[in-house]
Amino acid sequence: MGDRGEEEEGRRRKRVVFVTVGTTRFDALVSAVDSENVRKVLAAKGYTHLLIQLGRGSYLPTKSDGDDGSLAVDYFTFSSSIADYLRSASLVISHAGSGSIFETLRLCKPLVVVVNEDLMDNHQSELAEELADRKHLYCARPQNLYQTLADMDLNTLLPYSPGDATPVAKHINRFLGFPDD
Amino acid sequence: MDKGNVSSFSMVTSTAIFSSVIFVITLILVRVLYVIYCSSRPMSRRAQKPVSTLIILGSGGHTAEMINLLAVLQKDRFYPRFYIAAATDNMSLQKAELLENSLVAENGTPVNNPAKFMKIYRSREVGQSYITSIWTTLVAMAHALWLMIKIRPEVILCNGPGTCVPICAIAFVFKVFGIRWSSIFYVESIARVKRLSLSGLLLYKLRIADQLFVQWPRLQQQYPRAIYVGRLM
Repeated sequence: MGDRGEEEEGRRRKRVVFVTVGTTRFDALVSAVDSENVRKVLAAKGYTHLLIQLGRGSYLPTKSDGDDGSLAVDYFTFSSSIADYLRSASLVISHAGSGSIFETLRLCKPLVVVVNEDLMDNHQSELAEELADRKHLYCARPQNLYQTLADMDLNTLLPYSPGDATPVAKHINRFLGFPDD
Repeated sequence: MDKGNVSSFSMVTSTAIFSSVIFVITLILVRVLYVIYCSSRPMSRRAQKPVSTLIILGSGGHTAEMINLLAVLQKDRFYPRFYIAAATDNMSLQKAELLENSLVAENGTPVNNPAKFMKIYRSREVGQSYITSIWTTLVAMAHALWLMIKIRPEVILCNGPGTCVPICAIAFVFKVFGIRWSSIFYVESIARVKRLSLSGLLLYKLRIADQLFVQWPRLQQQYPRAIYVGRLM
């Protein structure tokens, strides 16, 4: 899914893992993806680049240009459009916000959602777990991210069919006494 | 003798005051029950004219869900449209403006009464403690009252931000006192799978929302008055 067509001969195929923490901070996720074993398992699975959106986090990952055949690592804080990064990614590792979850699913990208357990009102895991039960994505915590990545089999993921607001709109119209179209 | 007259007079007046207070309270209670009863039922008359619509935007994911709903709502029926977003949230109003601009571009002609965009103080920021929330909620309440007096919408669409609770509560009071009848539609966020959010729970339990939509069938089973007709995302 989502691999770039313009693969140059003799070069390694560029396969990007894009990590996004959204508008807040999620240092536990950034340090988890920056850990040695996560980098190794991603490289072993054939990914070549790791691009991390840090948000307001203070943990800075170690950059690497990947010359020695290891994973190339780069990061930035914010971008006005995450969509381009999602589109060029082969795997997305995201915080559990519904915005980035659905944006990624809509682009049919394989997705691992990492739930932030430090949030006060932690309802975010509900959505990620429900979608994981339905096999649309993988759901992890920072501490078991490595295991999730090591065990994951992207072929078992099912595509997500987007919802439809029309029935809700129809119900509202009927309730207000507007005739059906 | 005089003394007895005075005391019996004051007794009569206090009884009169007491019974009229009871009467007024009963009247309001009956009216509240009547409003709740009417709110839960579809409008009996056929709608002819467009309805002024207030759209309360949340942040991030909430706004994306609302935009999906607005995209399929008939713009000639839900008109004029007023958008409210939290003062700290610039993105949501921008997204709504994008949507409205795309409508103008579609129709070719600029609308004579364009959509209006407003900001409101937030009752609770993500991560704020519940205790300080009390004070910020009061400030948000006063601001919401001012905005509602200005807008007096016939339809309110909201989907989850804390901002919508004071506004919907004010709309309900307006209904009770006959200032304005507004139909309140609340769509619970798709992020809520097992439990309603605090906003959703308040609007459901207090029966402020005329219709409350949920996006997962499991939630509908827990809250039988809620409606499940599919997902927005």
